[in-house]
Amino acid sequence: MKFDTIIGLEVHAELKTDTKIFCGCSTNFGAPPNTQTCPVCLGHPGVLPVLNQRAVDFAIKAALATNCNIAQYTKFDRKNYFYPDNPKAYQISQFDQPIGENGSIEIEVDGKKKSIGITRIHLEEDAGKLTHDEDGGSSLVDFNRVGTPLIEIVSEPDIATPDEAYAYLEKLKAILQYTEVSDCKMEEGSLRCDANISLRPAGQEAFGTKTELKNLNSFTNVQKGLAFEEKRQAQELLSGGQILQETRRWNDDRKETVLMRVKEGSDDYRYFPEPDLVRLYIDEEWESRIGAEIPELPDARRARYMADWEIPAYDAGVITQAKASADFFEETVAAGADAKQAANWLMGEVNAYLNANHKELDDVAMSPQGLAELIGLIEKGTISSKIAKKVFQELIEKGGSPEQIVKDQGLIQISDEGELKDIVEGILNENPQSIEDFKNGKDKAFGFLVGQTMKATKGKANPQVVNKLIKEGMESR
Amino acid sequence: MAKITKEEVEHVADLARLKFSEEEKEMFTEQMGKIITYAERLNDLNTEDVEPTTHVMNVHNVLRADEERPSVSREEALKNAPASKDGQVEVPSVLD
Repeated sequence: MKFDTIIGLEVHAELKTDTKIFCGCSTNFGAPPNTQTCPVCLGHPGVLPVLNQRAVDFAIKAALATNCNIAQYTKFDRKNYFYPDNPKAYQISQFDQPIGENGSIEIEVDGKKKSIGITRIHLEEDAGKLTHDEDGGSSLVDFNRVGTPLIEIVSEPDIATPDEAYAYLEKLKAILQYTEVSDCKMEEGSLRCDANISLRPAGQEAFGTKTELKNLNSFTNVQKGLAFEEKRQAQELLSGGQILQETRRWNDDRKETVLMRVKEGSDDYRYFPEPDLVRLYIDEEWESRIGAEIPELPDARRARYMADWEIPAYDAGVITQAKASADFFEETVAAGADAKQAANWLMGEVNAYLNANHKELDDVAMSPQGLAELIGLIEKGTISSKIAKKVFQELIEKGGSPEQIVKDQGLIQISDEGELKDIVEGILNENPQSIEDFKNGKDKAFGFLVGQTMKATKGKANPQVVNKLIKEGMESR
Repeated sequence: MAKITKEEVEHVADLARLKFSEEEKEMFTEQMGKIITYAERLNDLNTEDVEPTTHVMNVHNVLRADEERPSVSREEALKNAPASKDGQVEVPSVLD
């Protein structure tokens, strides 16, 4: 029997405000535990929350950027539950009147485009952070994060494969970063994802029972967790078993999902309108003011790079995935670099360096102007592409001007035939066997001779000139 | 007819992490039933021309600027916690 897979994702993104959603405590990440709290976020009796305007602005912006309709009237509700990460014993959230509804974003998997619906985007407050104390057998609570503004973005069950889920998350992250409403740093918990997945026999209309996956702390784990769960549910159903509505936790060490608990119903949260906050009225003026702040989004930029600069679709997609790299790319081009070369450098050397060193573009010393200058030096023939890689290492680690680096280290390319001819002749004289080999059809011997010349010039020889001189030198022998 | 059953009282008590004796449960079942009956008198009112609302105050958009204000010190923040360790609130172990 064949099954259709139905996936829906719930993403929580922390908003990049300076202060919490209902009080003036800082939202800075990484402060010592319990140093960013006050009676409001600690839920002391008698305090009153006051809504942070920028949190609302950001939620509207995220909703507009994902093509949602904005609620004209909206409100907050209390979601009641007891858990040590939540000192008020309720979370202020939005139940039946979210800020945004009925949106969509477009994804592309294996060259095929698909629209994924957004059911709703609502505003709520984050909880504190719990850690388990290994020796004490107790848990420890840090309330710094409590009250940090969050948006919850709920997708329609339009996602059919784990790969589509991955593409959806990448696109959503890009949109949230481009609009600068969230950092989306999964490692700092500013972006979190839960996934719902169910299977139904192919062709059947009614949904099967879904399970909810938690602890998916990277996009790759979302993909892996869903793939595991897809297989587990299919096996269970094929062997005549039943899927229970339960919450399962992804165990990254064991690469499997493990039962956490049977899910509680929404009734048990006893939602009711938050009496401490008045209603919110978002008029047209407010909505259009925020709409005007939305920058060019990744898809539009990608199309522009392809049309204006003939950047291949794949490269344009990778460069526009993060706003930082798209901005860097455009600034490099603006500083005079050839767009294709700039794209090649970003896709190649720059990405390799960032991946190997676990760094972001913001962390490196190289400026777009520096990269543009480096590309210019190669084009002018001042340095060879081999030397350029050496200059690049210096540039990305220490910054500065490539022209200065080339001067200081004496790396200027030797293109002068007279100067190179002496060196090439010397190499040829020293390696009669290689000449013989080449004449007997061993092409590798030619490369060896080029390599020797490059070595003798510390990589500074112009390869084209060297090739020409070696050819001539051998022909004359 | 009873407005609320003992099982519902037990469920709500459980959600609120409250423990009651049998007599208390009986008492609350009766009292909560009365409260609900009383609140149901609102159904007798004609609300045809009344806009639905979720708040008693007829104001909207009370907002603050995104400006930082001083937090309390850690010592102050932890004062109300029954137990603390390494600057954090210590609670019985929760594993998920």
